[in-house]
Amino acid sequence: MVTIAADTLERAVWDILATVEDPELPISIVDLGLVRDVRIEDGRVSVRLVPTWIACPALGVIRRRVRDALVSLAGVRDAAVDYTYDEPWTLERVTARGRAQLASHGLSVPRCRFAEPPVCPYCGSHDVVAESLFGPTLCRATYLCRSCRNPFERFKPPAEA
Amino acid sequence: MPGVLTAIADPSVRAAFREWLVRIADDELVIGHRHSEWTGFGPDIESDVAMSSIAQEELGHGRAFYEQIAQDEGSDIDRLAFGRAPHEYRHAALLEQENDGWEYSIVRLVLYEAFEVARLRLVAASGQEPVAGLARILTREERYHGLFAETWLTRLAGGPPEGPGRVQAALDAAWPDALGLFEATSADDMLLRAGVLTSSPAAQREAWIDAVRPVLDRCGLALPTAAAREGGRRGEHTPAFDRLLAQMTEVWRSDPEARW
Repeated sequence: MVTIAADTLERAVWDILATVEDPELPISIVDLGLVRDVRIEDGRVSVRLVPTWIACPALGVIRRRVRDALVSLAGVRDAAVDYTYDEPWTLERVTARGRAQLASHGLSVPRCRFAEPPVCPYCGSHDVVAESLFGPTLCRATYLCRSCRNPFERFKPPAEA
Repeated sequence: MPGVLTAIADPSVRAAFREWLVRIADDELVIGHRHSEWTGFGPDIESDVAMSSIAQEELGHGRAFYEQIAQDEGSDIDRLAFGRAPHEYRHAALLEQENDGWEYSIVRLVLYEAFEVARLRLVAASGQEPVAGLARILTREERYHGLFAETWLTRLAGGPPEGPGRVQAALDAAWPDALGLFEATSADDMLLRAGVLTSSPAAQREAWIDAVRPVLDRCGLALPTAAAREGGRRGEHTPAFDRLLAQMTEVWRSDPEARW
């Protein structure tokens, strides 16, 4: 058993969490804002995640990926990964890098609220129409741009309270 | 970490709250299954995807509530969802009825979503964590279902002459079952007395009628006057549920021990 200083292990845990990707989007779960907290006690790591959409089929995959990543770390004796309902997942939880990654994936990403005017990710026009609130995944809505005539998808968080 | 039920000291209150969790989960499971029957059959591709997404979400919500029970009782959530006898399910009859045309499904969605949001707010205010937190989160997700439902209701009721008549007939058919959502049992009394719930089924029903009335008014629909048809909350279901349950559980029953 390798013994590793607590702060070194905590850094290693965050580093490896940053390598775990969402299975439906090219973005790490840290940039997507899923990690609520990390606790480490005597080599036992406990990570609490905030679910994006409660019915998202990726939640189980993410949980497994996180656990596998954690137990592969030297100094980790055991890992528990749980979802918490303590707080809702909101757009504010997504990092600036995460927004950039979602945008380069071709998604329109609201700055603060889903209710704000949508922007075409291709030409930047506001002259767009919502086609459907329900897109190819639970977290995407579909639109049409009337300026450049492209269809596009917009990142959709649960409705603002 | 103790779950929501373990944390309730009084066994009668615990049993009553469990009953409420089962009701919520069963409502979601059954309506989710009904919505999913539109997959591949929606009137247009967007509505097909929308109804399928709503189905997926309701099934996921049902799962989250079953998990709360299973976690406390050390049981298997698939067995909880699929392994009970028909009379052990506690959903209201509204949710088990066949999809009798798109207009019926839309009317049912409008009526149920209004009910569901109000019920989630009650649970959110119950102080019973983590279920209260779950309910707060779900209230935000449900908003999009309600928007979709009301948009379609407006479109159908405002259509050519045939539309309003068909929507009104669907509303008349759904109404007694919708009132059955508020069927009271001793569990409701128990939770009211314990202060877990802050509104009686009768008061919830009045608030729900106040919420759906303006929506129906705007669409030129008349509020039906028929009385409630009850039984679902006590485990009495219609033949439509026997058929649904048989189909829904067919794969699970083929090998209940299988890990998927």
